[in-house]
Amino acid sequence: MSTVLELRGVWKTYVDGAGEVDALQEVDLSVEPGKMVAVMGPSGSGKSTLLTIAGALETPTAGEVLVAGQPLSSMSRDDRARLRRRVIGYVFQDFNLLPGLTAAENVALPLELDGLSAGKARTAGLRVLEELGLADRASRFPDQLSGGERQRVAIARAVVGDRRLLLADEPTGALDSVSGEAVMRLILTACKGGVGAVVGTHDAQLASWADRVVFIRDGRIVDCTAPRPGPDSLLAEEATR
Amino acid sequence: MSIRHALLALLSEGPKYGLQLREEFEARTGEVWPLNVGQVYTTLQRLERDGLVESDDDAEPGPQKGFRITAGGAEELAGWLRTPPDLASPPRDELVIKILVAVRLPGVDVHEVIQSHRRYLVELMQQWTRLKEEEGDLDLGLALVVDAELYRLDSVVRWLDTADGRLKRAALEPAVSARAAVPRIRRRAGVRR
Repeated sequence: MSTVLELRGVWKTYVDGAGEVDALQEVDLSVEPGKMVAVMGPSGSGKSTLLTIAGALETPTAGEVLVAGQPLSSMSRDDRARLRRRVIGYVFQDFNLLPGLTAAENVALPLELDGLSAGKARTAGLRVLEELGLADRASRFPDQLSGGERQRVAIARAVVGDRRLLLADEPTGALDSVSGEAVMRLILTACKGGVGAVVGTHDAQLASWADRVVFIRDGRIVDCTAPRPGPDSLLAEEATR
Repeated sequence: MSIRHALLALLSEGPKYGLQLREEFEARTGEVWPLNVGQVYTTLQRLERDGLVESDDDAEPGPQKGFRITAGGAEELAGWLRTPPDLASPPRDELVIKILVAVRLPGVDVHEVIQSHRRYLVELMQQWTRLKEEEGDLDLGLALVVDAELYRLDSVVRWLDTADGRLKRAALEPAVSARAAVPRIRRRAGVRR
């Protein structure tokens, strides 16, 4: 099966004053289109490093990363930058919306930066806001939106255009449980549209929205959930009458 | 779950037949707790014996026999709703015991034991979450049950995460040898054995 993301034997070693720190060790991970994978672990376990390497924001010390089947190591800087603009969407804990732009303008921005005309970018931005049930927020500025709405707009921005891979690092960090759930539903909606998503979190309730949960400890993937059985197993059999 | 009080609650809405009581009980608990018809009738008989419900005297025993709540039944129900369940004494939790044993057992990697339980719990949570995700307009009763299960399982995962971190830190610190007196948690007699 094709993958939107593949990490093969990825290592990331940082050198600090005291010596070398292996932030990631021998990480293998693959994400198929339409699937959500949660990377679950405590802070400092390597989740964020994994996401930045998967998103071509950092290069691994060893190993290979393939995004939409293309090995990042064989790409030029320009090609990697193009990949980051067109194929990969990022969602961070603190939203990162530009305060002077409306929701629709924030969503359209990556397309405009990529050279699309303002009109076309705006149309595409509005379309994705509509698909994600946010059309009525399109002309609001970030400070006129709740925290949950801001994060949903950030997700819309991350999937606008022809994005294939959505990377989210603690995307519900500062949100209450209802807004957090709305964010996870939205990521799921994006996945149903064919995007592959990787969500880094320490929170089991959020991780449980994913098709697959991989557990990371001290930079290593130590375990992974089995394919999910349906929910029917939780519901009672017909009682004996 | 007290079937007794659940039946009183259903009857406090008005008189009902036995079969109807079973169907409504299952519907309101999101069909997570199935009842067999025998349990319903045995409980109704006991409630009647205790003067908490009344039945149609003339009707034959069976699904079409009607029941009403009495004033005593309404009082019993009101008292039960406000009586806190026993959460004061720590339960003898099997998982806690397993981790306590794993910590002391030579040759056992307690972190690996913790992870195997964590994985199982997260897999269970995935199933509950899927229930939420697939049924957009989840029945209110079932939605409440799903939330309760997710929070319950989540609290166990959080405890495992905390235990994992605590054990990791403890392994880095010098061992505290032969402590004189470890405080003991007081347990109330007769609860949650």
